[in-house]
Amino acid sequence: MRTARRNTVAVDAARQVTLSQLDGSGRGGKWKGKVFSAVLVACIVIAVATLAAVLLHSFVKGFPRIDLNLIRNMPSSLDRTTSGMQSAIFGTIYVMVGVAVTVVPLGVSAAIYLEEFADKNRWYVRFIELNIQNLAAVPSIVFGILGLAFIARGPLSLGFVAYAGSLTLSLLVLPTIILTTREAIRAVPSSIRQASMALGATQWRTIWKQVLPSSVPGIATGTILSLSRAIGETAPLLLVGATVFVTYNPDGFFSGAFTTLPTQIFSWATRPQDEFRILAAAGIIVLMAVLLAMNSFAIWIRNKFTTEW
Amino acid sequence: MSVRPTTLARASVLAIAALALAACGGGETADSPNDAATGADTAADEGNDGLSGQIAIDGSSTVTPLVEPAAELFMNENSGVRVSVATSGTGGGFEKFCNGEIDIAMASRPIKDEEIEACADAGIEYDEVNVANDGLAVVVNPENDWATCLSVDELSAAWTRDSAVSTWSEINAEFPDEELEFYGPGSDSGTFDFFTEEVNGEGGVIRTDYNNIGEDDNAAIIGVSGTLGAMAFIPLSYVVEAGDQVKTVEIENEAGECVAPTEETVMAGDYNPLGRQLYVYPSAEALTRPETVAFLEFFIDNGDEIAEAATMIPLTQEQKDESLAKVAELAGR
Repeated sequence: MRTARRNTVAVDAARQVTLSQLDGSGRGGKWKGKVFSAVLVACIVIAVATLAAVLLHSFVKGFPRIDLNLIRNMPSSLDRTTSGMQSAIFGTIYVMVGVAVTVVPLGVSAAIYLEEFADKNRWYVRFIELNIQNLAAVPSIVFGILGLAFIARGPLSLGFVAYAGSLTLSLLVLPTIILTTREAIRAVPSSIRQASMALGATQWRTIWKQVLPSSVPGIATGTILSLSRAIGETAPLLLVGATVFVTYNPDGFFSGAFTTLPTQIFSWATRPQDEFRILAAAGIIVLMAVLLAMNSFAIWIRNKFTTEW
Repeated sequence: MSVRPTTLARASVLAIAALALAACGGGETADSPNDAATGADTAADEGNDGLSGQIAIDGSSTVTPLVEPAAELFMNENSGVRVSVATSGTGGGFEKFCNGEIDIAMASRPIKDEEIEACADAGIEYDEVNVANDGLAVVVNPENDWATCLSVDELSAAWTRDSAVSTWSEINAEFPDEELEFYGPGSDSGTFDFFTEEVNGEGGVIRTDYNNIGEDDNAAIIGVSGTLGAMAFIPLSYVVEAGDQVKTVEIENEAGECVAPTEETVMAGDYNPLGRQLYVYPSAEALTRPETVAFLEFFIDNGDEIAEAATMIPLTQEQKDESLAKVAELAGR
């Protein structure tokens, strides 16, 4: 604790010194600095204003339909004013639970291997690392096509079920979680590992009892980022069979037709009738609520396990 | 260091517990006697005909607004049957249909030769069942006072592949020198196939620089209502909904008359060549199940109400009889 306070003081002091030097008053560059900071502020304003505009529009448009019917009722194209989105909410929960239980163990294991065990001088390790970074930039629709060919059909042949969607989205966000987990593991001071080893712990016990618990906050952040990206995806899910109209919840992870909130929102937003557009806006609010709930849980885990060195 | 050895274990337990809770929550609610969501097995004796089972439908986004209310009304009466509707486009729907993955394909055009081949290779037997009439409308900005009636040749001059036409005056010398802007659906859409085939003479032939709105027909209405010189082709149902945001153009039909796209002219067959039929393609295999037969019969019998809900044009009695006969024949095989 005392170290932390001392660190804060040191950081503040360093910031003061840097700022006073960056002032540039001695070289007539004062206005340059001001223009630069004005540009930066403008960037933030544009980013935040866009987000605020989207949210505000959705809230204003969707607010009249924020009621219990949304959760209680199934989608309906006849009773549009009381239509709900229960099947989409549960579909999203099924798909996201599938993603979480698949991608977290897989991504964390891959990161542990790459950080703690792999010999970084081997060509295949560097090849794997290069590929993971490239995978993070692949458009989501490509994962959708992959999912259709290998997961819904082909070798796995799961059919058009919720877990086929989960697996496709897992592939999509796997690079994110591997990269963030690696960063988290790397941030654990090597003195911790050495101390553990010196006390006679094996490499495995060191990782399991020391390194991983200390990286939980970083892993949680990676999970938040991954799940937030996955929950909003539509295109890959359409390819692996997400429907636009089901009036029942999925039977399970491996059977029954499913739909998700973004798919349902997409379908409604493209209809000409105004009631559907209002429903789509309400759907966006529900999607945000589900996302926030999911992320608060991850943030709670992160705060609970954050440690100071 | 404040991390205790059990920290990770506790984190894992918490995470798993939360996930399990979410999954169980889903399961319980799925079984609750909510609307038509009752389990397929238990509801077999609740439905009036005792029908149960699943019907998977996929295909055209133009037919979806018609099939959704049909499925909904049908499930209200037969709570044991579960109908799911997906939207992969007419082409995407046939691809899944001929792969044996769905029971009914929705199409806004008749099946193509290569799709017939794919189905034949897979041994999928089917028939084409007409479920509604639809018109394709050419729309312009409401402020556009010159384009009242266009011939197919004029449309083709503007829309065909490599067309150099960029202003209205190049379509017809009487039109003003206003810049043209083109809006149309993407190539996976049945509306696209229908328009290119009828107007440009061959499916898929179109100028490449038009604004491709994908499967989102509504984007064309927004685009056209915002630009004076814009022109778009969209399903007629969207025009009725868009109201006065856009203006429809009369089309010179084969008899040389200018005909406005309306319900009456499409049903009467006067609005040609841009009036059309919407189809569903049930497989013979799916029609061995009584719930699929019941669904299609229900669909056709209640066609007027369903078409009205979807703002489409119902079948004439003659068309209905023909469709019912086709279903009966395919089911009887």
